Amino acid sequence: MHNSPNSLAFNDGWQYAPAPESTDHISLEKQFDLFIGGKFVAPEEGRYFETINPATEEQIASVGLATQTDVDRAVKAARKAFAGPWSKMKAAERGKYIYRIARMLQERSREFAVIESLDGGKPIRESRDIDIPLAAAHFFYYAGWADKLEYAFPGRNVAALGVAGQIIPWNFPLLMAAWKIAPALACGNTVVLKPAESTPLTALKLAEIVQEAGLPPGVVNIVTGAGETGAAIVNHADVDKVAFTGSTEVGRIIQRALAGTSKKYTLELGGKAANIIFADAAIDQAVEGIVNGIFFNQGHVCCAGSRLFVQESAVDEVVRKLKDRMETLIIGDPLDKNTDIGAINSAGQLETIESYLSLGREEGAEMYQSSCAVPERGYWCRPTIFTGVSQSNRIVQEEIFGPVLAIQTFRTLEEGLSKANNTPYGLSGGVWTDKGAKIFKMTQKLRAGVVWANTFNKFDPTSPFGGYKESGVGREGGLHGLDAYLKLEAR
Amino acid sequence: MPDLNQVASVDEVGVNERVARFCSRSIKKDSKVEALKMVLSMIDLTTLEGQDTPGKVRQLCQKALHLHDAVPGLPHVAAVCVYPTMVGVARRALGDNDIGVASVATAFPSGMAPRQIKLEETRIAVAEGADEIDMVISRGAFLQGEYGFVFDEIAAIKEACGEAHLKVILETGELGTLDRVRRASVLAMHAGADFIKTSTGKIQRAARMPVTLVMLQAIRDYFYETGRMVGMKPAGGISNAKLAVHYLVMLRETLGSAWMTREWFRFGASSLANDVLMQIQKQATGVYQSADYFSKD
Repeated sequence: MHNSPNSLAFNDGWQYAPAPESTDHISLEKQFDLFIGGKFVAPEEGRYFETINPATEEQIASVGLATQTDVDRAVKAARKAFAGPWSKMKAAERGKYIYRIARMLQERSREFAVIESLDGGKPIRESRDIDIPLAAAHFFYYAGWADKLEYAFPGRNVAALGVAGQIIPWNFPLLMAAWKIAPALACGNTVVLKPAESTPLTALKLAEIVQEAGLPPGVVNIVTGAGETGAAIVNHADVDKVAFTGSTEVGRIIQRALAGTSKKYTLELGGKAANIIFADAAIDQAVEGIVNGIFFNQGHVCCAGSRLFVQESAVDEVVRKLKDRMETLIIGDPLDKNTDIGAINSAGQLETIESYLSLGREEGAEMYQSSCAVPERGYWCRPTIFTGVSQSNRIVQEEIFGPVLAIQTFRTLEEGLSKANNTPYGLSGGVWTDKGAKIFKMTQKLRAGVVWANTFNKFDPTSPFGGYKESGVGREGGLHGLDAYLKLEAR
Repeated sequence: MPDLNQVASVDEVGVNERVARFCSRSIKKDSKVEALKMVLSMIDLTTLEGQDTPGKVRQLCQKALHLHDAVPGLPHVAAVCVYPTMVGVARRALGDNDIGVASVATAFPSGMAPRQIKLEETRIAVAEGADEIDMVISRGAFLQGEYGFVFDEIAAIKEACGEAHLKVILETGELGTLDRVRRASVLAMHAGADFIKTSTGKIQRAARMPVTLVMLQAIRDYFYETGRMVGMKPAGGISNAKLAVHYLVMLRETLGSAWMTREWFRFGASSLANDVLMQIQKQATGVYQSADYFSKD
């Protein structure tokens, strides 16, 4: 709590009793195999790795470790499915399969939400209200495009690319799988997808749906493993397209590996988004936007609003209100319906975040954390803000990927804009003001792929998403997302 | 008088999103029972009808004292709220109990009367024994931008209240926008309001959570600035226990624990109490009882 007078108290009095979502409606095997050619098959070398619950550090299941041979099997299955039924099928039929996946996902949404929270640590409120519904929405949206591709690109012939190799991160496991698989299938491709090694379960459950939906074997293949498995996909000679979401560091390795090949690629990488608040903004709602921008999904969001810029005359008010708001955030059991901030995804990520917390203090910034208690076991980080930082601080420049916000001020619009753009990243940004003219001016000049005005972290399948500069190459979502999975030729 | 041009603007979309989050809180078991009892203790049990009789008011006071004696350990409500002509009846019926008598005044619900009449009405209600005065602001003047007139009127009524607490009804359903709700809240607090209150309950758009949130945020800002706590009373339209608990969640996460007593938060309601009683019974027994097991008046 802050020490200023007239302070509010949030930690005493009436408290919310635990309200855990039940887990008795889900079924999880102890061991998961790879999903290749429409069947669950054991990895060639018979090796498995553990996936744990980051909130308890307990093992949930063991998952097949796909080696080069397994990836090769998966790519062959995908090639066979592409050459066989999938590319010969009428587009409307293809669409039906995707609709079926969407509906089945909706029907099993509660189960998927619980598994997502168990495996990844995100609050059930988010997996239930955001991740799973959005994943289904992506399948619904792209199902509709399947037989309308020619209308998306008038005057051009469209053709599928072939086999898409897709590698996704651990922050939105099922949602990212949907972002990748839905447009690929709609455009007539087959896929080999690798979920992140710390969150493979919902992708494997999605494989069950793919199986039940009766997709031709090999259209969707899911191989689990870490970086080596991913590298095997990227470097496989028979992959026509690589879609990657993850760190800029790995993105660079992939881009290097793909140079000189005919593989098409999209890379959705890191970010260090500016969230810019003008003094004339609706401050209370802007404070909500800050919270949603940086504490959503424990800050494990590539488009998180991790750099806050507040116009100087409003900074005291904003910081005070933000601190009070942070006191009301509930951190703890991801399966509790009242939890706002869940567990950090892995021990490694927690270590990264904590190293930045030390670095920030060493750099002379002032750190403030909310006073909430955190569980003893598991990986946790209290919501954190740094004030007194400058553009040259590493906590301002580098992506922390945790619930850590760096706050700076600006005086004029131009100064705010120039500071906001002064970053190697350019994935997203936010502008808060009551003046429409300022919104237009800022959004036109912010060098970021997605800019939100008077809101933050809003996603919709119809809207393209992607970055400038080191934040990536290409766009996913919306009509733009089709382009990445098609060969377009002049008629 | 405060400069209302300095009052922060309000974004309705953002307010609604925040309210949706309050409503998604899951309040179960002990915390639910605790909340329900708190709701009961914060109710201003209200009857404001042209056909009110001394008998009806006496019944209401009985109910205020004995909500549902079949269940032990229930709190009594905060106050009864009546028209000025019924204040004496209510005062006598409640005796020395610490249940307040609140009286609407100032030509409730329209407020369309000359200031002397409003002041006189206030003084009479206080003289009859009202502990709390629920006044209405002159919405016409406020909407015309005559903020000084409204400010002076509230200040004058506050003075006429003497020891009695003043609740200022903004009648938010007639103000049109959340920006105006916020400005009216600021104006009322600076003019001396002890409580700000959403509605008369006499028009269609009564209390709503978004409106109440904006008023709570105005109270918080005023507290930050002056250190003076102002109370909040949503009134009208809160007829079920679940909604009332959502209001408590909103209160807790906006103003914190200091406001979570009847001294600083009230529900203006006539039918809420019975729904809360039914819920408390249900928590204890696992089944709902018929409405006929709870006294209507």
